[in-house]
Amino acid sequence: MTVSQSSFREALLDAERPVPAGLNNAVGGPAGARFSVYRNNVIVSLSEALATAFPLVRKLLGTEAFAQLAGVFVRAHPPDSPLIMFYGEALPDFLRDFEPLKHIGYLPDCARLDLAFRQSYHAADAPPFDPSVLQGEDAGQMARARLAPATRLLRSKWPLHDIWRLNMVPDAPKPRAIAQDIMITRPEFDPQPTLLPPGSIDWLERLHAGATFGEATDMVLSSNPTFDLTETLTLALTTHALTDYTTKER
Amino acid sequence: MSNTMKSVALASAVAAAFAAQTTTVEAAAKEKCYGVSLAGANDCAAGPGTTCAGTSTVDYQGNAWTLVDKGTCAEIELPATADGTPRQGSLEELDRDLPA
Amino acid sequence: MLDTSPQNDRLPSAPGVGYKPQHFNDLMQTPGPVSWIEVHAENYMGEGGRPHAQLRALQERFALSVHGVGLSIGGQEPLDTEHLDRLHILIERTSPASFSEHLAWSTHGAEFMNDLLPLPYTDTTLDHVASHITQVQDKLGRQMLLENPSSYLAFEESTWSETDFLSELVKRTGCGLLLDVNNVFISATNLGYSPQSYVDAYPLHAVGEIHVGGHDEDSDDQGAPLLIDSHGKPVVDPVWALLDYTLRKTGSRPVLVEWDNDVPDWPVLRAEAERAAKALQPVQ
Repeated sequence: MTVSQSSFREALLDAERPVPAGLNNAVGGPAGARFSVYRNNVIVSLSEALATAFPLVRKLLGTEAFAQLAGVFVRAHPPDSPLIMFYGEALPDFLRDFEPLKHIGYLPDCARLDLAFRQSYHAADAPPFDPSVLQGEDAGQMARARLAPATRLLRSKWPLHDIWRLNMVPDAPKPRAIAQDIMITRPEFDPQPTLLPPGSIDWLERLHAGATFGEATDMVLSSNPTFDLTETLTLALTTHALTDYTTKER
Repeated sequence: MSNTMKSVALASAVAAAFAAQTTTVEAAAKEKCYGVSLAGANDCAAGPGTTCAGTSTVDYQGNAWTLVDKGTCAEIELPATADGTPRQGSLEELDRDLPA
Repeated sequence: MLDTSPQNDRLPSAPGVGYKPQHFNDLMQTPGPVSWIEVHAENYMGEGGRPHAQLRALQERFALSVHGVGLSIGGQEPLDTEHLDRLHILIERTSPASFSEHLAWSTHGAEFMNDLLPLPYTDTTLDHVASHITQVQDKLGRQMLLENPSSYLAFEESTWSETDFLSELVKRTGCGLLLDVNNVFISATNLGYSPQSYVDAYPLHAVGEIHVGGHDEDSDDQGAPLLIDSHGKPVVDPVWALLDYTLRKTGSRPVLVEWDNDVPDWPVLRAEAERAAKALQPVQ
């Protein structure tokens, strides 16, 4: 009796299937519950990996509900890579379409935020952008910069920063009914979120795409006259969101 | 905005940014790596044998999801949905808070 | 200038520990008898950040063993070359004293199961595993060590004993072996044979590293004992005794204490390393 790895795998993720024949216990009888050791390992280890990787979603749902969600997700979307630290990329879209949780409209964005933190934590190191190149009128206008590899930008229709703060910062106020964009940066080794003012995310994206400081500012001001360059640039420089334009693109 | 004005804006932004940046720490990488780390996600251990997570069947149509009430999303009150049904934690109609 | 930093030497025949980031400070300040560490390869395959920085700092003091958990060497399908490339980059970056992987599979199709799954020992699987080991060693340009698994069940179709299977792999590929004596104890208990006779039949000349670790006790649906390789407890006395038995035959070897679940404070793990140092003393 040959046990193929596909039949082993199928029985692993679907407990309704019988244990493949040809797997034995110590005395030549059927393996029975011994097979459950593997079933448990796969589901428990992946569920725990998700619980660690999605702290915001877990707090929002509570530990028990998150464990149930993880049990469903793990079977529907097993990892497609051995790098478990990045597991769960499919969770935001899964949450968007998952009937029992569809009514919590902000959950997918919260999952995106959790993912972005992880990605930022493991992203490449890069020297922060040297702001002295911005000194001098023309040079400043013509300068370019890129987002650091650890920088992540998230657009949200939800009060994403407020929701994050409510769950992660003691005594934070309740979320307001506004849309919030978030930038995650990693000044040293710890990713941190920053609430972006209106227009900032457009300016940062333009800059990353290759526009000069002058061009990016022009483009954003043309659609958003209240855009505050001082505020955005201060945020970007103090959080080390930018790196030199020549730094390898992520 | 004229080029001169933009230059002034850029220059004042740079000045403000420099001032703010003096408060950030330029700690040596060596010191900083003593900080708090995320646990490694891969390992070669087996899970506890007494759990039955791998063999439980999953029924997510059932009322198990009322457990969500134990999470913090029950504390979040955001506006009603498009069809006027008031539901906790839903904000589907909200547009981006940006001037046109 | 001659580079004498520890990572370019072999692993010392001394106690090591499986590295957990929460032990970083303690390990740097009060390592006790620990002179080398082992990390799981996949946890250091990000692009940078603190994991890389910590590993660089650790390598200034400790010899390094890189222990892969995701290569799926026992898989029926070809190796994931993308993952092998990542491993190559990691090995180039860290120049570890040792690289090891498992006699197990974890990837099927595009899916990674995140567990060390068992394989039958047949002529067919022998060919597969041997060609995978050769592919890995060719790619990395170095010898690898292969670890014996913890078994919870047996394959009816197996025609080789595990020890003969491993001996034949050593012969065909020139790989070394990582002998996990906790795994031996678990498999022997679960499948009803003597752990000492397993060690007796093992190709001990090829052993480059030894593992010990804790396990959980359970039972199967017939009430027979079933030990689970949880790495979540202290090493039990019979496993220490099996280590003594093994070391008397192999002589001094690098001995690693693994603790992956319910990881204790550093003094508890260090005490396990001290216990391993005691076991090594008579054979130094």
